[in-house]
Amino acid sequence: MADVIKIATRDSYGNAVTALGAEHEDILVLDADLAGATKTGIFKKAYPDRHIDCGIAEADMICVGAGLSTMGFVPFCSTFAMFAAGRAFEQVRNTVGYPHLNVKICATHGGISVGEDGASHQCCEDFALMRTIPGMVVMSPSDDVEAKAAVKAAYAHQGPVYIRFGRAAVPVIHDEDGFSFAIGKAEILREGTDVALIATGLMVAEALKAAEALAERGIDARVINVCTIKPLDEEVVLAAARECGKLVTCEEHSIIGGLGEAVASLTAEKCPVKVRRVGVEDVFGHSGPAAAVLEEFGLCAAHITEAAAELVAER
Amino acid sequence: MTREEKKWLRIAACRVRQGVIEATHSAKSGHPGGSLSAADVLTYLYFRRMRIDPAEPRWEDRDRFVLSKGHAAPGLYSTLANRGFFPVEELKTLRRVGSRLQGHPNMNLTPGVDMSTGSLGQGVSTAVGMALGAKKKGSGVRVYALLGDGEIQEGQVWEAMMFSAHYKLDNLVVIVDNNNLQIDGAITEVMSPYPIDKKLEAFGFFVQNVDGHDFDALEAAFDAAEAEKGRPSAIVMKTVKGKGVSFMENQAGWHGKAPNDEQYQAAMDELAAALQKVEAE
Repeated sequence: MADVIKIATRDSYGNAVTALGAEHEDILVLDADLAGATKTGIFKKAYPDRHIDCGIAEADMICVGAGLSTMGFVPFCSTFAMFAAGRAFEQVRNTVGYPHLNVKICATHGGISVGEDGASHQCCEDFALMRTIPGMVVMSPSDDVEAKAAVKAAYAHQGPVYIRFGRAAVPVIHDEDGFSFAIGKAEILREGTDVALIATGLMVAEALKAAEALAERGIDARVINVCTIKPLDEEVVLAAARECGKLVTCEEHSIIGGLGEAVASLTAEKCPVKVRRVGVEDVFGHSGPAAAVLEEFGLCAAHITEAAAELVAER
Repeated sequence: MTREEKKWLRIAACRVRQGVIEATHSAKSGHPGGSLSAADVLTYLYFRRMRIDPAEPRWEDRDRFVLSKGHAAPGLYSTLANRGFFPVEELKTLRRVGSRLQGHPNMNLTPGVDMSTGSLGQGVSTAVGMALGAKKKGSGVRVYALLGDGEIQEGQVWEAMMFSAHYKLDNLVVIVDNNNLQIDGAITEVMSPYPIDKKLEAFGFFVQNVDGHDFDALEAAFDAAEAEKGRPSAIVMKTVKGKGVSFMENQAGWHGKAPNDEQYQAAMDELAAALQKVEAE
């Protein structure tokens, strides 16, 4: 097997926003004392005058971004998912979402793969929180290629966008050549008809591995990459429901309120099928290396494989 | 300011107050107390200070105003209507289904509203963002934010203050409507924010204390604020909640309550008499 290249999507963010900054002078990057960790330090180095440190004050940062957007700038507000979606939820809801301002909220360190920092920093609620805001685009790229494309698409999109990036290095599963990306479009990575694995973020690579393991057991799994959690690509999800009849959602997020619930509510209303949600059960995480924590909480290929096999075996 | 100019402002302020009573009475809810305490500064800003054009509410180079104490929306709406941004008659639609005049300001619905506000503590941060944006663009846009004295209990306000001083936003004026009352009573009893001026000074502001109902004092303060370079300005206005309607003055109960028919009539009579008196001067 060839060596898999691994890149953390927070690095992709830092690189992409810096590249984009060269083309568009209206881009400003805001940070809350985490430029090193969010990788916007790269942007800061390239364009010191367009990087604004807000200090450890995320609520203020989001609203400063809102004010800047009304002056014609496109602010990229950067911090950890816990503080962007969690701490500043009401600021995002009332001062970005409600007036539908052109603010990009770029949240790194999403999910449990934050690892050693532990539960206080492992945000597994951001999809749920951000999905409830009318007009908010919610994205969760799966790898470096998609993350960079998502940043570009976010800039091109007029209106509020939330993007979650990860801390841990994850396999690059897309080929940059010929890659196309559009907000709201899911991607079928593998065809199959017995079950569909609908995944987002770092769980997409795990779902691909699971599909291979399932194939060895004679189960033909479709793999769908959902980068845009909202608006959800209903067409692709409903086609999977009709054609595969069984769905397994895979996300590094609470099983409450995230991709799994979005897929379950859509299919419950429009095409009822059996759905299994692989994600963080209703519990808090804890410290440990990312890989170990992901495995412990069931966010890995083996777990997806078992869930899918069980579902397929059900009558 | 000439005597005639001041008279014109006093007349406008009377009309703004009438609009507040008209709107809240029609809506049967809303916040008259803090709208009336802010009526004079709103009038001063929109009728004399700010570079604005009611015919072009989104003119790029206009000065910006953020009503951080968003519940004083009737005060802002009445000011905008009397200044010609939309018909005064529309004030009666306040809080109605389909109205452009929401319970709290909505920048996408109401001509002249520069920022959607209502959740306390957030507006001032957006004003800070606007001021920073104006600086980055090298424009001469000035930004005004009006906060309640209860509102400054919100921690985010102080994040915004720290930011403004750090980035030397001398194109920003933060105005505190110090009417001393909030919903549950006197601010000193609920959660004292005093000394407001000293706190702001400690945060790096050029601070002035003024009588918020004295147009000469307001003009002198805003002139001094504009002349101050290298740091943001704050104007702490001593005001009377419910100012201009005697039975509402200094009563916390009038924070978020609309006048009934009888109270409406009494208030309108009092404001009409005040208007007549100023006009006769």
